[in-house]
Amino acid sequence: MKNRLLWPLLALVALLLLNLAVTPSFFALRMQDGHLYGGLVDVLKNGAPTLLIALGMTLVIATRGIDLSVGAVAAIAGAVTCVHIGTSGSAATAFAGMAIALVLCAALGLWNGFLVAGLGIQPIIATLVLMTAGRGVAMLVTEGQIVTVNNTAYRQVGAGFVVLPVSILIALLVLGLVAFVTRKTALGMLIEAVGVNPEASRLAGVRSRTIIWTVYVFAAVCAGIAGLMISSNVSAADANNAGLWIEMDAILAVVIGGTSLAGGRYSLTGTLLGALIIQTLTTTVYTIGVAPEVTLVFKAVVVIAVCLLQAPKARAALSFRKVAVSS
Amino acid sequence: MTESPPPVVEMRGISLAFPGVKALQDVDFRLFPGEVHALMGENGAGKSTLIKTLTGVHRPDAGQVSLAGEDVAFSSPGEAQHAGISTVYQEVNLCANLTVAENILLGREPRRLGGIDFPAMRRRAAEVLARIGVHIDPASSLSEHPIAVQQLVAIARAIAIDCSVLVLDEPTSSLDAGEVAELFRIMRVLRDEGVAILFVSHFLDQVYEISDRMTVLRNGTLVGEHLTADVDRRTLIAQMIGRDLGTLEAIEDAAEKRKPSGPALVRAEGLGKRGAIEPFDLDIRAGEVVGLAGLLGSGRTELARLLFGADRADSGRLLVDGAPLKLRGPRSAIAAGIAFSSEDRKGEGLVADLSIRDNLVLAMQAARGWTRPLPRRTKDQLVEKYLKALDIRPANPDALVRTLSGGNQQKVLLARWLVTEPRLLILDEPTRGIDVGAKAQIQQLVTTLAAEGTAILFISAELEEVVRIADRIVVLRDRRKIAELDGSVTGVDEVVELIAGGAAPEKVVS
Repeated sequence: MKNRLLWPLLALVALLLLNLAVTPSFFALRMQDGHLYGGLVDVLKNGAPTLLIALGMTLVIATRGIDLSVGAVAAIAGAVTCVHIGTSGSAATAFAGMAIALVLCAALGLWNGFLVAGLGIQPIIATLVLMTAGRGVAMLVTEGQIVTVNNTAYRQVGAGFVVLPVSILIALLVLGLVAFVTRKTALGMLIEAVGVNPEASRLAGVRSRTIIWTVYVFAAVCAGIAGLMISSNVSAADANNAGLWIEMDAILAVVIGGTSLAGGRYSLTGTLLGALIIQTLTTTVYTIGVAPEVTLVFKAVVVIAVCLLQAPKARAALSFRKVAVSS
Repeated sequence: MTESPPPVVEMRGISLAFPGVKALQDVDFRLFPGEVHALMGENGAGKSTLIKTLTGVHRPDAGQVSLAGEDVAFSSPGEAQHAGISTVYQEVNLCANLTVAENILLGREPRRLGGIDFPAMRRRAAEVLARIGVHIDPASSLSEHPIAVQQLVAIARAIAIDCSVLVLDEPTSSLDAGEVAELFRIMRVLRDEGVAILFVSHFLDQVYEISDRMTVLRNGTLVGEHLTADVDRRTLIAQMIGRDLGTLEAIEDAAEKRKPSGPALVRAEGLGKRGAIEPFDLDIRAGEVVGLAGLLGSGRTELARLLFGADRADSGRLLVDGAPLKLRGPRSAIAAGIAFSSEDRKGEGLVADLSIRDNLVLAMQAARGWTRPLPRRTKDQLVEKYLKALDIRPANPDALVRTLSGGNQQKVLLARWLVTEPRLLILDEPTRGIDVGAKAQIQQLVTTLAAEGTAILFISAELEEVVRIADRIVVLRDRRKIAELDGSVTGVDEVVELIAGGAAPEKVVS
């Protein structure tokens, strides 16, 4: 387990060091008005939505599934909240709007779970439905406009500070919560059992449908929170571009973190590392001044390198000494 | 058959070992042109391994294969096919979305001007189909045809190249009687053309109908080669399960037999499922060991799965403690105290990537639901208790189950169910593929559990084991319950006769 996380960790450290080399002040932290600023804080803050969505994605992937609809769900959450707030500046309206949005996201998760666990549709197809239709729903909610709001309470979610940016705190809170729930209840073990061997789990009496249903709802709620962060950060809801392609970043984060797309054993810590790597990579692109036209290629090269480093075959080919089998 | 021409295939002294298993030991095998040769043996006897050695999937550790008098060493199935050995596997390995003609000639399409010559391909496919008397449109899509016809297309594909040897690995398992007759007609046509056909089937009737010669394997060794006409069913079965007739008749029941009376704990009334097992009645009492005997494919596992709700019955009903129980799935069976340890340990039993601890508590945890985790201490106590009681090695609860030997995996699976304290424990082949020591431990455990009042349904391909352990023996043949025998007075030979279909079930216990 530790071993599997070594390579992503090294990749992250290498990326950070690269940033340090280019921008010597990258690791510097400074307090200003009780707020913590610095390059590392920026990485965490900008990576928070991806991390949240990747957490939900981790559990979905552990059950042999995938959820492509998270980006669209994030857009819907932002749209619903902003439309509800409208021109209001009151905190109560903001919280009510966010509550409505998250309940709606949970309902969308139920829908995904129904298609996958209830009807037995392949997850990639089932969630593709909401991936495309969801953007349409968000457009309907915002009536095709970019809805801007001016609400201090709402702004806190994505741009506020309690020493650290609030979005970081929310993401870490959810991470802690998931880790706690999966370890302290039997959910983690049952998710892995369903992912490793669905038939054996069924014959052992595991309610695999309920489990699968649960993870899709969780993934959708995570996407909803991420959507609130994204929209709150800019005080606007953009149905077309909010959370666009974030499902791909999330899936990538899960894979980089060492959770197999074939399902089964998963690693939340790995996903955290994966999300950080992706965000650091984006930051690196700016700090070292990669030309915009080769940005995507640069990212792709790094991602391929990290994935290869994790593959036992590639590692075997790279290693010059014969590694003794350790128990 | 008088003195035949020289064999087209000759395998001498074939040995092959997989990690931990000697799959084949010094096996000789001959296949003559123009004959149908049945390869016989119980599960794990080495039939598939021998076939795969012939067709280039495996390379033997020792021994020599010769084809038409010349020594050969195939390193891939493609090479074997090129040399004239065509194989049709149990599952249809074709592309359902392509046409019949494309399937038959896939990979060797007639070409013209750099493209595929479709008219020529259809003509060629039609010729091959005509040769075996199958009249379907070569341009039709394969998926339009029923499985039986797809199987015939697979055979057409196999003979589209000039093959001297045709291997049919359980071609009849998904066919009905009429389709089997059609297949046999085609096999006879090919045989009369001089093709050597190697045939594997678990249905004795079919083997006796079609084959000219048979080779019997047991535990990876050669038991004998006979002309089919020379060997009767009893002798054949005795050879397959490893008892000569003298010993069969001499086996005495050493074990003390219980005679539990009282009402049935679990009763099946006309329970059945089309295509799996015909409706049967069965009573199982507390503290009783009921053995299920029958050859592979006789419906042993299917019967067990109905009792557990793993498959849904389409007729009859199940009563527990005299009250009807509607089985919606394994969960309702488990709630009623029924446990089922599958014969397919890897596929349906264990969760290989999880630890011994997680596998042990899986069924109990599943019954509690995810919100009520077993307390760590209870878990540790349970795990410690069963690691010791069943002598599971390594006794490390964190070891991944995939790293355990077969015997220890079986014990983990058993322990998972023992943890739930079932009232009826269904054990499907609990001793298959495990070493002698573990086998004895599991048999002992079954006896102990029964003495403590657990009802046990014990399924095993080894008749001797069933006869020794069971208080009552239910005999299955061709997916039907044909007899129920008193375990204390029954010998293996009697069961063998019933299975072979030689004797009427006169000794039926009411």
